[in-house]
Amino acid sequence: MGVQMNLVSKERLSKMGSMEKIRMILDSVKEGKIVVLETGLTPEEEAKLIEQTMLEIDHENFIGIEVESYPCREKSVFSKLFGKKQGRLTVIGPANRLKTLEKQEDLIKALIT
Amino acid sequence: MGLLAGLRKRLRFIYRLLLRKDKLKIGIYGPPNAGKTTLANRILRDWLGDIMGSPSEIPHETRRVKLREGVKIQVDGKTVTIDVVDTPGLATKIDFHDFLKYGMSEEEAKRRAKEATEGVIEAIKWLDDLDGILLVMDATEDPFTQVNVTIVGNIEARKLPLIIVANKIDLPNASPARIKSAFPQHQIVPVSALKGINLDALYRAIAEKFG
Repeated sequence: MGVQMNLVSKERLSKMGSMEKIRMILDSVKEGKIVVLETGLTPEEEAKLIEQTMLEIDHENFIGIEVESYPCREKSVFSKLFGKKQGRLTVIGPANRLKTLEKQEDLIKALIT
Repeated sequence: MGLLAGLRKRLRFIYRLLLRKDKLKIGIYGPPNAGKTTLANRILRDWLGDIMGSPSEIPHETRRVKLREGVKIQVDGKTVTIDVVDTPGLATKIDFHDFLKYGMSEEEAKRRAKEATEGVIEAIKWLDDLDGILLVMDATEDPFTQVNVTIVGNIEARKLPLIIVANKIDLPNASPARIKSAFPQHQIVPVSALKGINLDALYRAIAEKFG
């Protein structure tokens, strides 16, 4: 059986609030899907995602998530003005299906089982 | 919302600059088994003659935040008084099966896993109440983990002063240089909290950065 991947565009993400993104990610991941975000999450959203994941771990069917993303880039003029850091391409999947093989500043190798 | 949150963070940063507190809350963060409690114990033993808690090779041994107030560090005529906040290891997944390897019963492993998830949430919430962070990384491991990237991102977003502690340099395959190349924008202090190696450099960095 194949693995479904949801590739979410920058445009779609920009229309979503933080909790809306987190809900969409966790609902998909708990169904065994892999979610790819074109622009990723802000550091604050990543922390919220971890918090929400911890709340939803049931120790039977859902043991958490694997997240693959690059560190944030240097701040742009916009982000300096508004204090927001833009995330980069991010892949999120169920911890029991997505495994990091190697991670560098500009290259991530992962295995989906 | 984003604008307001940004403004609030900037005001907090200016407040910290203008009204330097007598006592600073310094959080010890990092992934499980990086040596956070060992470092907290070393700091407390060196300056108070006491310890924070028992470290263990089993992941998530610390599942509640522990606070020790009034640790006075004196280096080169400079004194800084800190409250040490030892936090549970941050993780994106917690599988109770991992604890079964250490001889725990299933019930015990599930209880530990549940407490560990609560500990992660508590550690994240504490980020809003701290004045500085010691981020402990295991120098024998790849530093480019999602947990490290997320913690550094959140510390930068909150404009908190940060020292990265490259721990376990007593082990043969330790590479603080790998941590430096992963996070070149931050100060790295290589130490062995267990063996007490290079702690003077860490205390000097704490006094300079947080003092």
